Amino acid sequence: MAEQGVAQVWRRIRSIYNVQGNKCKTCKTHYFPPRPVCPKCRRKGQLIDYQFKGLGSIYTFTVVRQAPDDFKRQIPYVVAQVELDEGTRLTAQIVNVDPEDVKIGMRVRACFRKIKEFGESGVIVYGYKFEPTMKVTGHKEK
Amino acid sequence: MSNKVAVIGVGMCKFGELWEQNLRDITLEAGMYAIFDSGVKGSDIDGVVIGNMSAGRFTGQEHLGAQAADMGGLGDMAAYSVEAACASGGAAVRQAYMAVKSGEHKVMLVLGTEKMSDVNQTEAMNTISVASDWENEGMFGATFPALYGFMARRHMMEYGTTEEQLAMPTVKNHANAAHNEWAQFQRPVPIEVVMKSGLLADPLRVLHSAPITDGAAGLVVCNEEIAKKYSDTPIWIESSEQRSDTLALHDRKSITTMNAVVTSTRESLKEANLELTDIDVFELHDSFSIGEIILTEDVGIAKKGEGGKALEEGITEIGGKFPVNTSGGLKARGHPIGATGVAQIVELALQLRGEADKRQVDGAEKGLAVNIGGTGATSIVHILGR
Repeated sequence: MAEQGVAQVWRRIRSIYNVQGNKCKTCKTHYFPPRPVCPKCRRKGQLIDYQFKGLGSIYTFTVVRQAPDDFKRQIPYVVAQVELDEGTRLTAQIVNVDPEDVKIGMRVRACFRKIKEFGESGVIVYGYKFEPTMKVTGHKEK
Repeated sequence: MSNKVAVIGVGMCKFGELWEQNLRDITLEAGMYAIFDSGVKGSDIDGVVIGNMSAGRFTGQEHLGAQAADMGGLGDMAAYSVEAACASGGAAVRQAYMAVKSGEHKVMLVLGTEKMSDVNQTEAMNTISVASDWENEGMFGATFPALYGFMARRHMMEYGTTEEQLAMPTVKNHANAAHNEWAQFQRPVPIEVVMKSGLLADPLRVLHSAPITDGAAGLVVCNEEIAKKYSDTPIWIESSEQRSDTLALHDRKSITTMNAVVTSTRESLKEANLELTDIDVFELHDSFSIGEIILTEDVGIAKKGEGGKALEEGITEIGGKFPVNTSGGLKARGHPIGATGVAQIVELALQLRGEADKRQVDGAEKGLAVNIGGTGATSIVHILGR
């Protein structure tokens, strides 16, 4: 039996380090996390890997002020649903911004961060968080 | 032969933080009250079904069906346990309904139970958050209140729902629970206190949220023949519907409506051949106050976006046109996860029998309960009538 979290996280490294999901060739819908079956086309669907650009806007958000131990050191932190430009949404923390400045519709981009630890001796999870898009990067406002 | 299904016995333990009792004790108490209330003998019961979300994590014990039959001294029988997160209780009611309706069982004991206070707060929060998509929401820091905070913020943006309106389900439900001797919090709270309570996940506050509760509830469910033998006041399950939606909240087109609730309510009314205006009393799943506002709209009491207004106008108070959560709801009766769906049916049965004391809705004939799992990935609706 694996240490807590090890296999669970390791098998998702490609997906959560890079925001990699999939896309159905039949209906052109993008999915993140990757789905095993396209719910629109089912057996007629054809899913291929898709590397998301990692750009999107905030659909909704909250400031978490009470959290379990894994996240306690980070409170208060912002967590949001980000609508990716490809059309799907995911749930992630928003960093590099004051909680007071976060707004629905704000443009954000994916960044690579430490997410949490599985207890004191468990694996450290890395993956995506999002930060406000900065003009210096050349990412245009939508 | 008729295939009508009746509730002839109801019972529950006092909800709260029950330090002196374990999972087995509270479940047994609720089951015995239900059996005594029904008048059936233990030997009449041919099956038990128990709704529970996570006894394995909360207490270390699984296999609750067999445990319940054993501890109740009911002997050798079919003993099932079912799980659908916060809708586990409703799922148990529906399993018994289907089993009796099909003729496979004649008299079933339905139980719902959860013992939540045996673990620390972190473990409790982690366990609750597995009701949503844990690998894609919880693991990234979205606690369960955070997910309902997402809904609340969108609802405020899309429909102009105010902070006052967000506090109103709590005020109403606490006022109702003041008359419910089984409730965890039997005292009113003023709106100012709700609005100043600590933030959990903006805009949601501690007093917008259902508490951590130990509790169990039970029903005796049977066919028409047995109902008429034992009961002068059988309450009939006129319809039962269950629907699902995406597990993760972010996969839904809209997060200010719960599609599974809309469809299961519509189908349930159709099956019972009723209109919404025929329903006299409602139990709606208010794990967070925004949940009650959304459900008020999704079952059709208010138009989409006007759930807060309905509360303001007092439509959902006792004495209003559509009384909601006369028991105190999840907020004030308490929310022992797997017990909630069964406790909702207990309240409706008491209301329809005219035994709800000071919280009685005059002349209530039909009642509707909505029990949801997670952030709306499961919705189970029951309509009861006398």
